[in-house]
Amino acid sequence: MKETPLSNCERRFLLRAIEEKKRLDGRQTYDYRNIRISFGTDYGCCIVELGKTRVLGQVSCELVAPKLNRATEGILFFNLELSQMAAPAFEPGRQSDLLVKLNRLLERCLRNSKCIDTESLCVVAGEKVWQIRVDLHLLNHDGNIIDAASIAAIVALCHFRRPDVSVQGDEVTLYTPEERDPVPLSIHHMPICVSFAFFQQGTYLLVDPNEREERVMDGLLVIAMNKHREICTIQSSGGIMLLKDQVLRCSKIAGVKVAEITELIQKALENDQKVRKEGGKFGFAESIANQRITAFKMEKASIDTSDVEEKAEEIIAEAEPPSEVVSKPVLWTPGTAQIGEGVENSWGDLEDSEKEDDDEGGSDEAIILDSIKMDTGIEVSDIGSQDAPIILSDSEEEEMIILEPDKNPKKIRTQTTGVKQEKAPNKKPVKRRKKKRAAN
Amino acid sequence: MEEERHADAKIRAETGTGSSPRGPGCSLRHFACEQNLLSRPDGSASFLQGDTSVLAGVYGPAEVKVSKEIFNKATLEVILRPKIGLPGVAEKSRERLIRNTCEAAVLGTLHPRTSITVVLQVVSDAGSLLACCLNAACIALVDAGVPMRALFCGVTCALDSDGSLVLDPTSKQEKLQQCLAAAQAASQHIFRFYRESLQRRYSKS
Repeated sequence: MKETPLSNCERRFLLRAIEEKKRLDGRQTYDYRNIRISFGTDYGCCIVELGKTRVLGQVSCELVAPKLNRATEGILFFNLELSQMAAPAFEPGRQSDLLVKLNRLLERCLRNSKCIDTESLCVVAGEKVWQIRVDLHLLNHDGNIIDAASIAAIVALCHFRRPDVSVQGDEVTLYTPEERDPVPLSIHHMPICVSFAFFQQGTYLLVDPNEREERVMDGLLVIAMNKHREICTIQSSGGIMLLKDQVLRCSKIAGVKVAEITELIQKALENDQKVRKEGGKFGFAESIANQRITAFKMEKASIDTSDVEEKAEEIIAEAEPPSEVVSKPVLWTPGTAQIGEGVENSWGDLEDSEKEDDDEGGSDEAIILDSIKMDTGIEVSDIGSQDAPIILSDSEEEEMIILEPDKNPKKIRTQTTGVKQEKAPNKKPVKRRKKKRAAN
Repeated sequence: MEEERHADAKIRAETGTGSSPRGPGCSLRHFACEQNLLSRPDGSASFLQGDTSVLAGVYGPAEVKVSKEIFNKATLEVILRPKIGLPGVAEKSRERLIRNTCEAAVLGTLHPRTSITVVLQVVSDAGSLLACCLNAACIALVDAGVPMRALFCGVTCALDSDGSLVLDPTSKQEKLQQCLAAAQAASQHIFRFYRESLQRRYSKS
């Protein structure tokens, strides 16, 4: 589906608001949206919500042969997918630019920063190493995909446990999770991306832009940093020219934000570990809030299957194919047919005003129909060449009436009567339609 | 019809001369459902059955490409994304099954030349994935306000097969129909769950 274009007035409104230091959701310039992290039942699965932007992350591992030029290192593989659920514009063929940009940024942030110790992923040098695969799925796009994705990736990696392996001489034993507890990955530090959006050629900046702000921004600066204030990756896109002190200021802000986010991540991971250890319930089912009216839970239900045999006989006896619903085209007048019903008018009781509109509409239609039937090439306006100008409708638009010159006066009179005649039959199908809807 | 479905409810099949199976502890796992949790899709639902969780998003009725448009009804498209790796043939076959079910239930003739897209994302898989996908799709379609002639749900049934059952087709077929009957009984519970969750949602509006 094509993306709905942003209207000019909305764009101007957003830019004006930013100039006055106001954001649509009430945040300050340097504020992040609420971050919510929830974990699944299996290790390495998490969902991160940054405001309304939602990313699902899953880590999995496999034993493979290592790369030839890196025989003692494990392999890391990152894959961010923009699901079609996230935005109607994300169709399989259409999002390649954005997808490549996000994937590259994520790889640079996590792989080149060496946050994961790949040497520890080696099992047998040159033969077997662990391949760690991180799959990220964007579920809802409300701006700032890269921040949410980087948080989801690092949280999933910290949460993940790989099976334990022991090597005795030539023998390699892979233990199942039941035999030996799975082992966490060795992670040195947690790089997190912070995005800065620039407006009006670098004059104004916002942290954590949402989807509307992203659409009107001039450029984007992404800084990936860890809590030790080390910059892992920095990328500026959009072609805006930034001054040195602007970049330095952004990196200071990023330092503060990353510290806050890292603390949140640590707390979430600790909570989850505590719940698992104590044997409490964990997983996505627990993260669904009980109080919301859009959420509902049902406990285990037992089904009585004692009479399945009789019911089975009944099903076989009474089975018949479902009835077909075929839409029948309805012919209103020659040249006007209707298939399907469209959606019910939800504007409430507008019976009176609707009738007036229909009358005017009816008269316009009648004039146009008549004029088409006349079929002359002469376009004559009806003001000025008549003896008795007759006002046919209150509408202010000028209508193009094609009239034959010698038939003017007669035509108008017959037109008016014709209009009145046309009005009546026009009303009927409209009324019929309304009645049909009322019956429905 | 496939003769073997994989396990969710535990139904023990009796061997021997077709004696009726006593209703053992057949039970549905703990259910949870959240609607309207995503802001971009027209309708969305997250359905959890025990540890299996599927997230569904629905867009529609919306614009459709001219190559895909059908003149007298809506074009229904189902996309199923696995959690790990790229989608493969198994996903395609599940998509087809879900699409056939949705097409039977959705009143496509009310919205000709439009497209209704159902996107499903597997969040966690602990058995009975197809049934969970179907349930999530149904609630998401209801949340989107797509007109449907009926609600649908999915229930998975297992056949424990021994040597004797495999060899004897008629009794196996009988067992299959019993599976259907058991599934019907279970589906009543699921429909009650749907009704109550929607009741809860609309009661305060």
